[in-house]
Amino acid sequence: MKARITVTLKNGVLDPQGKAIEHALSGLGFDGVGQVRQGKVFDIELAGTDKAKAETDLKAMCDKLLANTVIENYSVAIT
Amino acid sequence: MKSAVVLLPGLNRDRDMIAALTKISGQAPATVWQTDTEIPDVDLIAIPGGFSFGDYLRCGAIAARMPVMRAVAEKAAKGVTVIGVCNGFQILVEAGLLPGVLMRNASLKFVCRQVKLQIANANTMFTRGYQPGQVIRSPVAHHDGNYFADADTLARLEGEGQVVFRYADGTNPNGSINDIAGIVNDKGNVLGLMPHPENLIEAAHGGNDGRALFESALGIAA
Repeated sequence: MKARITVTLKNGVLDPQGKAIEHALSGLGFDGVGQVRQGKVFDIELAGTDKAKAETDLKAMCDKLLANTVIENYSVAIT
Repeated sequence: MKSAVVLLPGLNRDRDMIAALTKISGQAPATVWQTDTEIPDVDLIAIPGGFSFGDYLRCGAIAARMPVMRAVAEKAAKGVTVIGVCNGFQILVEAGLLPGVLMRNASLKFVCRQVKLQIANANTMFTRGYQPGQVIRSPVAHHDGNYFADADTLARLEGEGQVVFRYADGTNPNGSINDIAGIVNDKGNVLGLMPHPENLIEAAHGGNDGRALFESALGIAA
């Protein structure tokens, strides 16, 4: 089983890196670029076939390590 | 007074911390490694600065999940004094021993310079050697010192006097909310700060502005 975890900054949390990327895109001539927010993607391989258990485990991984829930949200997708 | 310094791969200010504690307390601190599950019987535990685990994932995130940090949390719960400087502060917030988070500097640049710090609360075990409102100097050197907390947490920190050090005179180097440079936990025995007081403790450093912090925490009269 493979899973993809996406970690993004919560709304309202200042993202200076996203801001710098936004300016760089405008500088490259891409018109109409609105707000840019930078996040992280984790591709994780898992043993077993129990999707429900995998989802529980992946959420625990996010809460315990992969995301800082003070400033970040996460989503889990199993493929 | 006995102290211990936590060692983790990637820290680089550990020798500075060991030297400062040795000079101020009169005896060399014990050292504990990341995999140690027990910390000797000491009065103060210091987590130095650096780049533990290469700042991978988030600054301090992986260090905070190492066995030694469970031991630090147990000691802190028993009332042992804990100081985290720079990466040590980042590790303490990632471990949940202090509230909030330290984000990338608003300038996106690594800052290495001297700043001014106001003693925002002189009535803590870390600052009783200073005068209320006193402004001291301290070096900073970090890329992720931009303190942030949600509105409720911030109101609690400010209301309970848990903001201990604030960047003063327009020297906020990182965009930290409310100019916060250092905070204590609600019990007042765990301090985290981005500046490096251990690098300003004697004349050879160009001043001893940081010395009273360690003297206060170690219960040594200045």
